[in-house]
Amino acid sequence: MITNGSSACLLEATAVTKRFSGITALDGVTLEVARGEAVGLIGPNGAGKTTFFNCVLGMLKPEAGRVLFDRRDITRLPVYRRARLGFGRTFQRIELFSGMSVRDHLLVAERARRGDGGLLKDLLNLGRSNAEERERAQRTLDLLQLDDVAERPVESLSLGRGRLVEIGRALMTEPLLLLLDEPSSGLDQRETMALVDTLQAVQRERGTAILLVEHDVEMVQRFAERLYVLDFGTLIASGRTDDVMGDTAVRRAYLGDLV
Amino acid sequence: MSDLVSYVIRGIPFGCIFSLIAVGLVLTYKTSGVFNLAFAAQAFFSAAVYYDVRVRHGWPLVPAFIVAVVVLGPLVGYVLDRFLYRYLRTAPAVARLVTSLGLLVAGPAMVQLWFGSSSAFGPPSIWPHPDAIYRFGQYALDANQMATLVVTAAAVLALTALFRWSAIGLQMRAVVESPRMTELAGINADRVSTFSWMLSSLFAGLAGVLLAPLFAQVAANNFTTLLVAAVAAAAFGRLTSIPMTLLGGLLLGVAQGLLTGYLPADSVLARGLRPSLPFVGLFLLLVFLPSLRHRREVTDPLAGVDPPPPAPAATERTHVFTVLTWSLGVAAVVVGSLLSLFVFNSFWLSLITQGLVFATIFLSFTIITGMGGQVSLCQAAFAAIGAFTTAQLVQRFDAPVLVTILAGTALAAVVGALLAVPALRLGGIYLSLATLAFALMFESVLVPLKWVSGGDLPLKVPRPLLGSIDFANEKAFFLLCLGVLALVAGVVILVRRGTTGRYLDALRGSEVAATAVGINPARARITAFALSAAIAGLGGGLLATQTGQANYNANFTSFFGLFWVVLVVTLGARSVQGAVNAGLGLVLFPQLLKVFGLSGGYEYIFFGLGALTYAKHPEGIIEAQTRSSLQFVQGLVERRRKQATVDVTGDGGDVAQPHPEPVSR
Repeated sequence: MITNGSSACLLEATAVTKRFSGITALDGVTLEVARGEAVGLIGPNGAGKTTFFNCVLGMLKPEAGRVLFDRRDITRLPVYRRARLGFGRTFQRIELFSGMSVRDHLLVAERARRGDGGLLKDLLNLGRSNAEERERAQRTLDLLQLDDVAERPVESLSLGRGRLVEIGRALMTEPLLLLLDEPSSGLDQRETMALVDTLQAVQRERGTAILLVEHDVEMVQRFAERLYVLDFGTLIASGRTDDVMGDTAVRRAYLGDLV
Repeated sequence: MSDLVSYVIRGIPFGCIFSLIAVGLVLTYKTSGVFNLAFAAQAFFSAAVYYDVRVRHGWPLVPAFIVAVVVLGPLVGYVLDRFLYRYLRTAPAVARLVTSLGLLVAGPAMVQLWFGSSSAFGPPSIWPHPDAIYRFGQYALDANQMATLVVTAAAVLALTALFRWSAIGLQMRAVVESPRMTELAGINADRVSTFSWMLSSLFAGLAGVLLAPLFAQVAANNFTTLLVAAVAAAAFGRLTSIPMTLLGGLLLGVAQGLLTGYLPADSVLARGLRPSLPFVGLFLLLVFLPSLRHRREVTDPLAGVDPPPPAPAATERTHVFTVLTWSLGVAAVVVGSLLSLFVFNSFWLSLITQGLVFATIFLSFTIITGMGGQVSLCQAAFAAIGAFTTAQLVQRFDAPVLVTILAGTALAAVVGALLAVPALRLGGIYLSLATLAFALMFESVLVPLKWVSGGDLPLKVPRPLLGSIDFANEKAFFLLCLGVLALVAGVVILVRRGTTGRYLDALRGSEVAATAVGINPARARITAFALSAAIAGLGGGLLATQTGQANYNANFTSFFGLFWVVLVVTLGARSVQGAVNAGLGLVLFPQLLKVFGLSGGYEYIFFGLGALTYAKHPEGIIEAQTRSSLQFVQGLVERRRKQATVDVTGDGGDVAQPHPEPVSR
């Protein structure tokens, strides 16, 4: 259903099904994201968007279906292994490392990307962050305009900047695909637009593909090239953003048929 | 067949008592987020009071029962809630657990001050006809068994009615979800939680007076076993379901009755397994009950409105003060060492040496609790493993002591890693309970074995010999211990600054986010657990050679394991300094007590109650003191500097310049 050749396909989730004791949260959802592409995943509350993220990244185990990443079957891999393959994600209910400063968030993610955390290295005093790591963290701080709060503990930040820290942390792992779960909730209009600009810059400059779950229709329209629409765990539409937004079934499910 | 039924009948009263305490645990855990291990101490208290007034003062049954159970039980619950646990609702999980551990440590010692520390035999039943036997066909129940059945049945009926029909029952269910949301609905959450504390404490008191006659004595130890069995029952109910909790308690009691009946009386299995059944049960439940894995702690959905916890005081230090603090620390170490070596007599030298050895053991808490954010209750068992390995290898193979200590360290690390693998699937309170179960299993099953502990007499361990240096010399041994402590402290600091420390910080902050950036939580935690066990094992081996023997009862019991946690966490689990303070405090404080002519029990009371300061300072009393004095001094310096600049820029500065703000707090 998408025009991109399968060689460019980064994420292929096929017929993913997830049930929670009787409720089918996801019913055979198939979704693809190509390299460097910006894709939106929308749907009313309770449609299964976050559940889908959790299944893709392994925080939940789907009952059926397959997830390929970079043409490799990752359906059985634990979360941290998938993350190392090139996933980054943010959370709907913000998840930061309480008590740590903004800069430390980025340094931890950088260290995790290298994946060389060994007790022996720590004991030889090689576990401290080196100049290159600090340089990379600084670039991310600059990109997200978090420099002025770099040393502050994350609890002292506003929700909007907290979301930026989450995005920065995810970017430090140099993901091929960024899964963003409602990044604009808690942000005002101006902050949302700034976030879209930043994300588009990341997508353009680093070639990062982005899969976005979002309620802010305006933001989705501005940002996503293609859309998938979920309702009660089933995919009810997919295609180019403008086409999908004009679809009557989508309008009925998503906008309550008022328009 | 008739055997089977009579074994079951014998087990049921025990099961009922387990259930009573377990229901109290669940009720209070759900309404206040505190897992109150101190119910064991409360049960002991009621049993002791009942024995005292009934036997020693000859009161009739009814007033004795009313005072010991109906009045004092809920009163203790009221005091605990009103002055302590109410303030801990939003405190970190470690603070909540350590507070109840502090009470568990201090409680029995306090009761024994007045009741006497030896067991009191022949406690009377609360049944009006103490010698009656009730026959049902071919089976019989004695008075106390009957009392237990009747009381438990009444309690269950009352609870059911309470939850089903009363307003307060409904409110309790709401407070469980979120105290603050309940308050938004116009309900006084504090009142509801006070009620549940009083109710649970009443159950604890009932359990106390019912249990004592079953053991035919009033002794603090029996109540620890009771506690673990109750914890197992509560785990069976997943710390949420009261009916399942009741069932779990009954099943455990029946299983115990069956084991007593069917196992040959003096086989190893009977001696080892029967008393340890509650621990084994708890451990297996925790590790294999799938729904307990990855269970989140009880958290308030409105917890997000809390102000953030303050950063460690050390991060607020300016550079000058950091340098100053470090130099002061180094100076203290140098002066202390010189005093120990050249001024103090051999008694104080060996005492301080022992303090250094304990400080080494306590650094294991800096790893697991300070960095990992988890409370392990089996560090004493790891230390014992180090000590026993050292002793056995020296005795059997005549191996050099330093080598055997290293072997003990390695073995402790392996056991720690093996324990971590299943326990890791549990978080927070469940991990602590699993380590407690392990410590008690170790104590009741392994320690009595001759190939582990050497039997009744502790194994002797000589001092090490290295080339021409004989560490039998106290001064040489002091330097050795100081060196080991410095080495381990260095390891702790390097790990904290390094990747492992960062990963642990991240995991403590948010496990789900940490795994999402590619951190392997199992690996980081197993590393921390094994390293912590290794440090405890190293310290244990060192302690064995310091004291000349691997003496389990004197140094390594599970009770010490609990006491150490309380001590170290109260004095600061996050810093090397905290561990050193705790080590020296542990050996020097009893000397201070001697000066005042007080018994050793006061040590547990003092430090146990010290943990209660968490109610006021959730980040720890020492940390709070450090912060306030640091802010005071830095504020003072800042003020001086401001005044100095004013003096330079303005003319005199005392005319127009208002007085600087007084330093707050």
